Amino acid sequence: MPQIFHRSANGIARFVLWGAQVAFLLVILVWTGLVRSEFFTEVARAPRQPVPFSHRHHVGELGIDCRYCHGGVETSASAGLPATEVCMTCHSQIWTNADMLAPVRESLASGEPLRWQRVHGLPDFVYFNHAIHIHKGVACETCHGDVDDMPLMMRAHSLTMGWCLSCHRDPEPNLRPPAEVFAMHWKPPEDIERVRKSLIDVLGIDTATMTDCYVCHR
Amino acid sequence: MSATVDDRTPAAPPRSAFARGPWRSLDELAGSEELRRFVETEFPAFHRRLAAGVDRRTLLKLMGASLALGGLAACTPAQEIVPYVRQPENVVPGRPLFYATALRSGAYGIGAVVESHEGRPTKVEGNPDHPSSLGATDAVMQAAVLELFDPERSRTPLKAGEPASWAAFLDHAHALRDELERTRGRGAAILLDPVASPTLERQLVALRAAWPLLRLYRHDPLAATGLAEATQAAFGRALAPLPRLDRADAIVSLDADFLAEGPGRLAHARVFADRRRVRGPRDGMSRLYAAESTPTLTGAAADHRLALRPSRVGALAAELAAAVETLTAVGRPEAGEGWIAAAAADLVAAGPAGLVLAGDHQPARVHRAALAINARLGALGRSLALIEPSDALAADGGLDALVAAIGVGEVTTLLVLGANPLHTAPADLDVAAAFGRLRELVHHGAYVDETGRRAHWHIPAAHELESWSDVRGHDGTASIVQPLIAPLHQGRTAHEVLAALAGDVTPDALALVRATWRDALDDPAWGEALRAGVVKGTAAAPVDIPAASVPSVGDGAPAPGEGEDIDIRFVPDPWLRDGRHANSALLQELPRPLTKLVWGNAVLVSPALAARLRAEPGQMLEIALDGRTIEAPVWIAPGHPDGTVTLTLGHGRAEAGAVARMAAGYDAFRLRGSAAPWIATGARLALREPVQRVLTTQHHQSMEGRDIVRHASLAGFREKPDFAHGSPPAPDDTLYPRWDYPHEAWGMVIDQTACIGCMACVSACQAENNIPTVGPDECERGREMHWLRVDRYYEGPPDAPDTHFQPVPCMHCEQAPCEVVCPVNATVHTHDGLNAQVYNRCIGTRYCSQNCPYKVRRFNFVEHQDFDAPGLEAAANNPNVSVRSRGVMEKCTYCVQRISAARIAAQIANREIADGEVVTACQQSCPARAITFGNLNDPASRVAAEKAAPHNYALLEELNTRPRTTYLARIVNPVGDDGKTEEGGHG
Repeated sequence: MPQIFHRSANGIARFVLWGAQVAFLLVILVWTGLVRSEFFTEVARAPRQPVPFSHRHHVGELGIDCRYCHGGVETSASAGLPATEVCMTCHSQIWTNADMLAPVRESLASGEPLRWQRVHGLPDFVYFNHAIHIHKGVACETCHGDVDDMPLMMRAHSLTMGWCLSCHRDPEPNLRPPAEVFAMHWKPPEDIERVRKSLIDVLGIDTATMTDCYVCHR
Repeated sequence: MSATVDDRTPAAPPRSAFARGPWRSLDELAGSEELRRFVETEFPAFHRRLAAGVDRRTLLKLMGASLALGGLAACTPAQEIVPYVRQPENVVPGRPLFYATALRSGAYGIGAVVESHEGRPTKVEGNPDHPSSLGATDAVMQAAVLELFDPERSRTPLKAGEPASWAAFLDHAHALRDELERTRGRGAAILLDPVASPTLERQLVALRAAWPLLRLYRHDPLAATGLAEATQAAFGRALAPLPRLDRADAIVSLDADFLAEGPGRLAHARVFADRRRVRGPRDGMSRLYAAESTPTLTGAAADHRLALRPSRVGALAAELAAAVETLTAVGRPEAGEGWIAAAAADLVAAGPAGLVLAGDHQPARVHRAALAINARLGALGRSLALIEPSDALAADGGLDALVAAIGVGEVTTLLVLGANPLHTAPADLDVAAAFGRLRELVHHGAYVDETGRRAHWHIPAAHELESWSDVRGHDGTASIVQPLIAPLHQGRTAHEVLAALAGDVTPDALALVRATWRDALDDPAWGEALRAGVVKGTAAAPVDIPAASVPSVGDGAPAPGEGEDIDIRFVPDPWLRDGRHANSALLQELPRPLTKLVWGNAVLVSPALAARLRAEPGQMLEIALDGRTIEAPVWIAPGHPDGTVTLTLGHGRAEAGAVARMAAGYDAFRLRGSAAPWIATGARLALREPVQRVLTTQHHQSMEGRDIVRHASLAGFREKPDFAHGSPPAPDDTLYPRWDYPHEAWGMVIDQTACIGCMACVSACQAENNIPTVGPDECERGREMHWLRVDRYYEGPPDAPDTHFQPVPCMHCEQAPCEVVCPVNATVHTHDGLNAQVYNRCIGTRYCSQNCPYKVRRFNFVEHQDFDAPGLEAAANNPNVSVRSRGVMEKCTYCVQRISAARIAAQIANREIADGEVVTACQQSCPARAITFGNLNDPASRVAAEKAAPHNYALLEELNTRPRTTYLARIVNPVGDDGKTEEGGHG
């Protein structure tokens, strides 16, 4: 009986078998890289907003404090977004006819709220609390980045669980005195290492209480 | 499940059957094969649910698709943030607000504090400042939020069944008013669902003053007249009792279920439990004698319980009165044989600290006897105060008078406020025919119910959480009812409907309520009344009873014949009441305290009667009374009096909505006569062949006769306070990982003496933790999701057993068997000793549940929540608790969201979490304060003190799981015990 396959078929079969495994590994590698990439974590991407609100202008150039608009940040889980009224405290006086602000004026007139696109979104099973971070010396810019340099709001960090945990396991490098948490581009003093160590002590920060699952998931 | 009882077992089970101690059902006692199979299946009937008809090819396709799509699950869809336009004062998004209000329970109100998230009410708690609540709630109150978001509530006014506008009704009402002005109210009547609301009373009085010919009728299907008649005869006016259980040493209940029925039940349970809290040999307890005609929670809590036919309670009361009389005359109280002699001796010994309470549904002569005994003891004004009843609005009669008036043409226009007489009328009143003769029927109610469907006009009622109103508590204390949310639909309050009828063009409930309190409350006082939830100084003053007007016992009641005649005892369903809550899935699925029945009712019979009838559980029984018959499935209730059947009102409603339609059950109103609404005699029974499904959670998670509920008498406890201690293995006698708890160590103690089994904790847990209801079919498979269950154990002979309740949440073992078997680390130990369940890790192997000796874990077999298109009811969800998906395990978390909230608050303030700062949902709702929770590492905490009580013990301690949840053994106070630990207790 003649051979069904030519001798070269051996080589092809080996190539296909090995090649399939290599391709599989490659797919996994690419995929795992992809989901961590900025394409998937949406870092540095600014969604289109109903009003092109510029943090660079309001924070960087005018120097408005974070808490003027995000009033819940010290007391609540949610930092909160300003009500239309808050925008209009100033914009009833300045730029009263700017086209850019027409949606804001319409919102106040009609009572229909503005609908902003969420930039820093967490899944529904994550219970993040702003207040505790603020009080324990984690600054706004630590997570939200150089907001005062963002013409449109964008993510500065991936907000993945691994990123959260890296700080919950070792918060020290990210701490600053609570009085400074709202400062932008804060320059750490010379003895920052000593300050951070004392903060851990004074603020009662204990990683044992920060890494349990229920701290964020419940 | 369909349980079977062997023909020979119930009547006379061999005494040896009790040798293994407590039993939970007759099946268990009889050791039936079917039960054994049911119990031995970890999650019963799973094989029936395995996807049938999926071949290998389809399965591979599905697997491939889910693998390919798996990565996409991590993508967060674009979300919007919608801030306020004008942010309300005090609202900080993410921080709940709490408002005091009151929820109706019968005609009276119970104070509540409602949690609101950005204007959305999510949870009801009791108001500690309200005398009817004292901080506690019951199951019906817990269901209020879900009822608010019930998508089947009536949404729009209906004119002849067609949607109409409120403006159209206003036009109509004003035309009606003009006519009534002319005729001074002739031909018009209002049928009231009585409620002790000062504003409603003011409005009705004003209407009657304007239109003297207007008639007013009351229809409360759950009301009884016995006490009013008795006090009327004795003192010349109707009075309401206000028992002071804190002052009572010896309490005798004559068919009075004061712990579970009546507007003051939560307060009664609190003080009753407080008088029986024993922590050391020197503490004392009150003693409770309960004679009852159907098993109740009061009977289960009693030290001496006597089951007897409802028609015999009168004779018993007369005998007790005579015995008290004799003993008082002799002046030397000495216990004789039997329940009556013992009760009489204790009462006389207690004197003014004795208390006799008669059941509301009992006829006047029982109340008269109870009043006479109390007067003889000197208890009137001491352990029993009498007050003017709060809902004493004069009316022209009840439903029967209304039907008669319609029959002779005196009433042609009828406004029904809140009541649903076409469902709740006595069977011998043809209300449907009478209403058919009306020229105009206007119905105001929360649902388009049996009455609303036949009305010419139907006006949707606003929910209590949407309403401005006011209501009085059981002691007369008034509360302002304030809305938590604007009406979701076009609901209106009764005040607005009455104001519209009175000619108000733009009725406004707030203005109407404020007008009632204009004189009594200036603006600051009004604000304070809203804040506190009570109007100060409005409690009714006790009426002074002159000693001369002591009522006489009256002639002895004719003792009913033995014979074949059967007594019927009608009882309201503990949750559905007269059927008004029938469309609440939470309440339908909440096991009834003693029977553990869900999604339907059954006719309760004694084991002996069932044996005589040769009836199996679930078999249909025809009950005939005065020419009317209904068929209902049998359920055997241990401890039920013989010769009596108990029928539950509130079920079997065909027109109450989709949830009510899922439930089985019969409508006992179809048998109930107007002459004897609560106790009927002369019924006949006939067994029918068919067997109906009766659902119970009773057999699930059976504990196989181990030493579960430990108990002793007070004397036994005094002799050996640590009687409940077992001999647990040494702490280090284990292969499990060891944990240190340098921070908090959360723990719970459940006092089984205080627990009355009322199920408030279970419903509160369900409302707090977004626990789904699963429906009758899933319940039949044993898959109810309650994180906390209350096990009910019987002990002793089936016709007169002792009843024990044991709430079982997760034990949060320090050496937890669940944790070590999870292949994906989805159940983990936390630094403070919780067994945390991580839903996102869980892949549903269910090994943890398999390995849990306490069977407290619950698995989501099906998707109970619609994540893609959540319905209106999803608005009731607690935003601080994840809504679980299909295929994950869940269980009690010790309300970890509350622990987290307290920890964050404490850490922000840079302090330790204070004792009492974390209160679990079950603990907060408990009327008897049977649950204590806190930090075991804090030696000054209340929970540490409870753990140090001598009768503290752990469930299944021999397994060395070291549970954080422990129990205080039950202590009862029977008379004349010999000081030995009772049989079945740990010795």
